[in-house]
Amino acid sequence: MDQPDTPRSTTNIDEVLGKIERVRQARRHKFYLRDERITLSHGSGGKATHNLIEGVFAPAFANPLLDRMDDAATFTVDEPGAALAFTTDTYVVSPLFFPGGDIGQLAVHGTVNDLAMAGARPLYLSAGFILEEGFPIADLRRIVDSMAAAASEAGVTIVTGDTKVVQRGKADGLFINTAGIGVQRATWALGQAHVVPGDKVLVNGTVGDHGIAIMLAREALEIEADVVSDTAPLYSLVADLLAAAGPHLHCLKDPTRGGVATALNEIALGSEVSIALDEHAIPVRPDVRGACEILGLDPLTIANEGKLLAVVAAERAEAALQAMRAHPLGQAAAIIGEVRAEPAAMVFLRTDIGGTRVLDMLVGDPLPRIC
Amino acid sequence: MKHVDEYRDADLARSISAEIAKITGDRPVKLMEVCGGHTHTIYKHGIEDVLPRNIDLVHGPGCPVCVLPMGRVDDAIAIARTEGVIFTTFGDMMRVPGSKGSLLDAKAEGADVRFVYSPLDALKLARQHPERQVVFFAIGFETTAPSTAITLLRAQAEGIRNFSVFCNHVTIIPAIKAILDSPDLRLDGFIGPGHVSMVIGMRPYNFIARDHRKPVVIAGFEPLDIIQSVHMLVQQLSAGRAEVKNQYTRVVRAEGNVKALEAMARTMELRPFFEWRGLGFISHSALKLRREFAPWDAELRFAVPGIRVADPKACQCGEVLKGVIKPWDCKVFGTACTPETPIGTCMVSSEGACAAYFNYGRFSMAAERAKMPVIDLKA
Repeated sequence: MDQPDTPRSTTNIDEVLGKIERVRQARRHKFYLRDERITLSHGSGGKATHNLIEGVFAPAFANPLLDRMDDAATFTVDEPGAALAFTTDTYVVSPLFFPGGDIGQLAVHGTVNDLAMAGARPLYLSAGFILEEGFPIADLRRIVDSMAAAASEAGVTIVTGDTKVVQRGKADGLFINTAGIGVQRATWALGQAHVVPGDKVLVNGTVGDHGIAIMLAREALEIEADVVSDTAPLYSLVADLLAAAGPHLHCLKDPTRGGVATALNEIALGSEVSIALDEHAIPVRPDVRGACEILGLDPLTIANEGKLLAVVAAERAEAALQAMRAHPLGQAAAIIGEVRAEPAAMVFLRTDIGGTRVLDMLVGDPLPRIC
Repeated sequence: MKHVDEYRDADLARSISAEIAKITGDRPVKLMEVCGGHTHTIYKHGIEDVLPRNIDLVHGPGCPVCVLPMGRVDDAIAIARTEGVIFTTFGDMMRVPGSKGSLLDAKAEGADVRFVYSPLDALKLARQHPERQVVFFAIGFETTAPSTAITLLRAQAEGIRNFSVFCNHVTIIPAIKAILDSPDLRLDGFIGPGHVSMVIGMRPYNFIARDHRKPVVIAGFEPLDIIQSVHMLVQQLSAGRAEVKNQYTRVVRAEGNVKALEAMARTMELRPFFEWRGLGFISHSALKLRREFAPWDAELRFAVPGIRVADPKACQCGEVLKGVIKPWDCKVFGTACTPETPIGTCMVSSEGACAAYFNYGRFSMAAERAKMPVIDLKA
């Protein structure tokens, strides 16, 4: 048995070292997401989670603050001494994709709009995802890309996030939570407690589009109409309004769930005033009105995602209206009502036929999970 | 929405109203709109503000949710709680209180209660879930009964056995008779229900004109329809006539909808008597499934308690339904009883007089007290 050593044993060490080096390289290499569906291991916090983050979220949202991948984003705000605005909202809309948008877009617009209604320029967002086991990763990518595009359009950066996975049946596809920080631009008192008799009420366009678009997208309703969601980021419109009306702008409110009726009732309660609306003056798309007639709904209680109500002192109302109409999101803007002293805490409406009725908040829910 | 706008012309409304005032002068005229859909339109559009003050509109019993007695709601909840049942209902019924909570409460406690827009949607659910029992909570007047009937015929034709109907359909004529026989009330005429008449036609109302000498005008559901119907009624009154007239000619035919009536007759028959909320037991006033449809009859398939439950003492729905009192005359209106926490059924449905008044009409009350200026943004 005097055979010489096999070539195997002589080259072995180099080969093994080479293999180790390749593994080492591979581990340092970008995480690689091969899966087509979300599994529970994507929520484990381990490798699969990292694969998901690096494969989906990090490239879409890439920015220096997020890329550090620290537990918290740290930053300074350019304007020392300026007040900050901070808000959060959770999005559970069904279906996830609807005419005119998707849950990702909504999760950005909803939160930046809440900041904008405080007169604040949105700066940073967080994004938390609750994913259901089995959710297609292709859909997740679509949603995340749409969030990234919406954030860039709105001028905000998504700087921190979180992902959890729950068992099949414990969530409807995915839920998203976003929180946002903005820097206050209105230096005067702005809000639903600061409205006074004599003010005018303005809206930047047609009401009820979002809620009806969602409603029609659900298969149960076989009504054909070409309604798309109005979801849009409103800060640039708010900036124009702030410039046009200055301290004469008393209140901004986005009529989301509960619609214009609920938002105006909140203002009437908050400022102990009465709000009188003219039904003729309120812009409603004909197909939205038609769908509302068929379904027995009132467009004034239907949700919007790209609309704002502005309450402005009478002397600057016209200027505010012109500023709105000059903005792409305010071309159909209108003065829809005015603020009076009595009867306090009530909203009423002059109807199309010339009668008058109370406009109350939405009671119950004509359709849950619209945002 | 052109079609709708032409029935909502404010100038035309004012000129018809001026005509009505000219005909009636100061004489008080009390008219009952039988149908809850009319009540809703009247308040939603503020029609009482447009009509002359001497015209008093009294809200009748034609709100299907409002007339359903509590015991039947309890029965519905008992079925909904049965293992394996998918209980389907129109949205309005979800919040109607039974003696121990509503269907919405039962849903929160785990019952599978779903709302549908049509009984055919319920049948679709039965096809999709062959392992479950799908029950449809059928309520309403002759307006909704035909669609229940057609659904039953289809279930029979397709041999779908996991579908059944909890039938609570009622008929409008016996209720009108009960009101005419009630000593509490003096009425000058009736605004007849448009959708019901589309099915039953005009003939069933003849007794009102012939035996009771009251005019009836069948009306559509747009504001101008109602104002014009009031005009047609006061014209008859001033001429001393009592006839059944049709304002809603674009929809209602004198003979009704024969096919719909046939479908109803094939599937349903009159019950000897049925309890109406606030009106008590009225004979031959409701429908049940015919014996041939026993396999689809939820009352036979499930153990329903069938216990009569007295209305809450504070609730005056009965008087409201008969038009004896106005909603705001009720002791609990707007205080203990609101659309969020209804005690009586009239506060639940958008067609209920109390809910309509609470949601839309409180302004008239405030206006009478405070003499509110009209809303005109141009002023």
